[in-house]
Amino acid sequence: MPPRNGVIQKPRNTKGTLLRLGKYLLHSAPMLLLALTLSITGNMFQLIGPTLCGRAIDALSGGKGLVDFATVFRYAAMMVVFYVSSALLAYIVPQIVLRISQRTVRIMRADLFSKLMRLPVKYFDTRQTGEILSRISYDIDTVNTSLSNDLVQILTSIITVVGALSMMIKISPLLVLVFVVTVPMSVLFTRFMTRRVRPLYHNRSKCLGDMNGFVEEYVSGQKTIRAYHREKAVLHRFDEKNENAVQSYYKADYYACATGPSVNFINNLSLTLISIFGALMYLSGKISLGNISSFVLYCRKFSGPINEAANIFSELQSALAAAERVFELLDEKEEAADLPDAKPLEVQHGQVDIAHVDFGYDEGRLILRDVNLVAAPGSMVAIVGPTGAGKTTLVNLLMRFYDPQSGDIAIDDKSIYGVTRTSLRGAFSMVLQDTWLFNGTVHDNIAYGNPGATREAVIAAAKAAHIHGMIQRLPHGYDTMITEDGINISKGQKQLMTIARAMLQPARLLILDEATSNVDLQTETLIQEAMRTLTRGKTCFVIAHRLSTIRNADTILVVNDGRIVEQGKHDELMAMNGFYASLYRAQFA
Amino acid sequence: MEYLRPLYGQMLIGFIIKLAGTIMDLAIPWILAHMIDEVVPTGNKTAIFIWGAGMACCAVIALLGNVIANRKASAISRDATRRIRHDLYEKIERLSTRQLDALTVPSLISRLTSDTYNVNQTLGRMQRLGVRAPILLMGGVVVTMLLDIRLSLALLATLPLLALGIMLISRRGISLYTGVQENVDRMVRTVRDDVIGIRVIRALSKRDYECARFSKDNENLSRSQIRANTVMAATNPMMQLLLNLGLTAVVVCGAYWVNKGVTKPGSIIAFLTYFTIILNAMMSVNKMFVMLSQATASANRIAEVLAQPEEEAAGGAKRMEARACVVFDDVCFSYAQPAHGYVLEDISFAVGKGETLGVIGATGSGKTTLIQLLQRFYPVDAGAIYIDGENIACMEEEKLHSLFGVAFQSDAFFSGTIYENIDLGRGLPKEDIERAARCAQAEEFILATEEGYEHPVHAKAANLSGGQKQRLLIARALAGNPEILILDDSSSALDYRTDAAMRSAIRKEYPNTTIIMVAQRVSSVRSADQILVLDEGRAAGTGTHEELMLTCPLYAQISDIQMGGDDHAAA
Repeated sequence: MPPRNGVIQKPRNTKGTLLRLGKYLLHSAPMLLLALTLSITGNMFQLIGPTLCGRAIDALSGGKGLVDFATVFRYAAMMVVFYVSSALLAYIVPQIVLRISQRTVRIMRADLFSKLMRLPVKYFDTRQTGEILSRISYDIDTVNTSLSNDLVQILTSIITVVGALSMMIKISPLLVLVFVVTVPMSVLFTRFMTRRVRPLYHNRSKCLGDMNGFVEEYVSGQKTIRAYHREKAVLHRFDEKNENAVQSYYKADYYACATGPSVNFINNLSLTLISIFGALMYLSGKISLGNISSFVLYCRKFSGPINEAANIFSELQSALAAAERVFELLDEKEEAADLPDAKPLEVQHGQVDIAHVDFGYDEGRLILRDVNLVAAPGSMVAIVGPTGAGKTTLVNLLMRFYDPQSGDIAIDDKSIYGVTRTSLRGAFSMVLQDTWLFNGTVHDNIAYGNPGATREAVIAAAKAAHIHGMIQRLPHGYDTMITEDGINISKGQKQLMTIARAMLQPARLLILDEATSNVDLQTETLIQEAMRTLTRGKTCFVIAHRLSTIRNADTILVVNDGRIVEQGKHDELMAMNGFYASLYRAQFA
Repeated sequence: MEYLRPLYGQMLIGFIIKLAGTIMDLAIPWILAHMIDEVVPTGNKTAIFIWGAGMACCAVIALLGNVIANRKASAISRDATRRIRHDLYEKIERLSTRQLDALTVPSLISRLTSDTYNVNQTLGRMQRLGVRAPILLMGGVVVTMLLDIRLSLALLATLPLLALGIMLISRRGISLYTGVQENVDRMVRTVRDDVIGIRVIRALSKRDYECARFSKDNENLSRSQIRANTVMAATNPMMQLLLNLGLTAVVVCGAYWVNKGVTKPGSIIAFLTYFTIILNAMMSVNKMFVMLSQATASANRIAEVLAQPEEEAAGGAKRMEARACVVFDDVCFSYAQPAHGYVLEDISFAVGKGETLGVIGATGSGKTTLIQLLQRFYPVDAGAIYIDGENIACMEEEKLHSLFGVAFQSDAFFSGTIYENIDLGRGLPKEDIERAARCAQAEEFILATEEGYEHPVHAKAANLSGGQKQRLLIARALAGNPEILILDDSSSALDYRTDAAMRSAIRKEYPNTTIIMVAQRVSSVRSADQILVLDEGRAAGTGTHEELMLTCPLYAQISDIQMGGDDHAAA
């Protein structure tokens, strides 16, 4: 499976990444040790198998009528025992490794998730959801595959190579000299190949990523393409991308697919050399025939893992690159910790003071300059302006999703930077334009901010939000699961549920992102009624699209192009005859 | 797959070359055995070198044969993949909107990307392994049979057991892996939920709750993965065990037969060598099955798209004598079966050339559907739509679409420059583009950027604000000097002043363009020549603003709510 967007990055800091990966593996150090021991044992058994078999054959090679049945049966029985136990080990070792890798991956995923929960909101605002998801699914999956496959393979390979080599040295140190020629050859060859192929692989990933990006963009925009009848032109461009993708794949493959046969060739060459020199040595009486054939058998065992090494190497590379992406996220800067002497905020009146606040999303570009505002307890502050003008910025600051460059915000005369975030955020209830419901029951969704709430309290909140009747009509009432694609809950009904959620919170401060432009008339009336119930007696910050709803606000902030351009009461602003006045008139023109 | 058919000849050549290479690979141990058994005992050094040279030759031929065959395989899979992707993309472009909705865009994207990639990879590997492993397997079996039929029977006796074991395990494995996939989906869904709702989670300080929720998914996924792999991991040890036990049986039976004098000890030794080959070949074949099943899943997903039937346009009168530019004549439509009621029912209206039609109504009243029908994204179920007297069901798609300039509610942007996004590859004259941008009130912010029209647009236009995006879309729709301009709630993010300025600019600069304007705001449509009020798919009223205020209670109600009940005072 290719990665999402097809981008395989090369690991940049191989050693550091390996080290960190190793730390994760250390969580299961005893298991790892067990796996190692067992796999060594299993390999020994496998190496012993052929010897036993040879003994049995020796016992029967007497010919007709001369077979030593007792010996044959003894060795045959031993063979059965060894094969069964080696098979058992061959089953058990991967099981252990599987558990190690699953455990490692589970810990990694949990770490990643709890990290996500600690990252500042800015991280999520500046990244695509798919990109974050691909780290927790695709990247971790790659690490997992590599851990569970390569770990066993590397372990067993090393043992096989060492075992076979020592057996060969035992048989004839002289013949081993053949490898002095062929092993450096294969090492040089492998190095040449990786150097040659790696940029090709890189290019392949890039071309594939290009094509995937193109497809993502243009298939999503299919309706537009069709409306403007650009199908042919787009297909033509797709063909170009496709051509690049398949060609670069082919080019990488063109060299890479020579690796296997070439390594094989080098092995065959060793075999040839062994035969020639072995035969010559035999003639001079330095080696027996039986030893030559054992030597050849062990030579095969020896070259097998070397053959695989190239494969494992490239898999390891992509796993390391994936692990690096995971660690990169783990290294992101977290939301700054609360001050050490931070106390929970207790809201008595609900007075909010904003003093001399400067803020910009980018360090260099301030979009709020010297903002001052006093919101008396129970008052209503409205923020108005065209869409995309930055109305949510103030909400971001109040909830400390972002911190300003300078200035202070205080609630009941306590600076919000000196209290715990949890208590600050708990002091607000919030209804946002983007209704957010998660996969869970209706009850859980409404009680989300107040998990201890009884069913009666939830029903009361739902009734106050005018959504009780509709919930009762759902297949399982309050226990109906809300899924992305399942039952039909309209946007307006979702909005009412989030209002019900806010109703259950005993907060003194309220943030409303008025979002009634996309619902039908009847629901809209219901929402406005529910809102009125909700806002009673609370200090409210309302983001308004429709100016008629906020004419009675105590303060109106007029935002345009990310700046607060005007501030005051409705009548004052109308009298100023500035931006607000023109907005207001345009609405009713 | 029929995509391989034109490549059969190439594949055959590759197959033969590969065959030669593989046979050479097999010949080397045979030469070795010959050297040790026959040549060495004679003590002839020249012969040793000659046979040694022969081995080297075989090695070279094997190298060349395998490399050439592998490259050929790679080229073949390249050609097949290129065509598959091309056809798939072309097919996606031709799918009706209804089919597009049913298959869903993300699914189509993954079919075009990861599924075609899987197929490409598997095609290449199958051609390499697919020749080698069966040859080695068959060759091994045949050679052992030739060596000693009795001994090979002892070996072959294990094969049915093996086949049964593999079958049982893989059947169980597939269902377990499906379970794993479901758990992966669940985990990803939770993370997606939380990434999207991060503000709410933070606001309510639900970090620990979410971590616990995730940990449940995480655990389930892990458990199901362990379960599936535990079963699947049994295949290889089982195969090894069965074959090795067969081998032991060969030794024991061999002992009897040797004792009786019907089998030579040498054959048993030879058996051992071929045993390893057969075992390895078996494992390769097993691996191939795993790969093949994955690729088959991908291929099926691709084939499903390619097999979508082309939708036929509905009938209706071919022409209609009328002055009006756009005419809806008793149009009925539903996305699913008409039995469940129409989304649009009995809609009729006529808009003259250069006039403006406003369409207003609540969410779900059918406004957007109406526009999609006009562009024939879906065929109508009853009635007909005429443009300049011609039934659109009978028009060529290219001709039909060239009439429109459309700005959808949320439309696609493509990475490139602002100019390119307005032009959209149509090669329009520069003046037209600039005039369109000016009318759409986009010029001001375009020229405010350093690069002006060459200002880059990022993927998904992440670097533009909502209002800027909408203005660009309107400019895009205007730039082609369309006969009919369709604005589907495309000024919702604009402030009222900009919206009004844009409307008057369009009317002035494009006097002959017929405008169909869908809106939620009464203020956007109130100056239209004609307003259609939709209510649950039916026309609740048609007329000018003033007429509707008197005749259509729904319209008056919407107007009252939006204008805060003081319409008359403010106007």
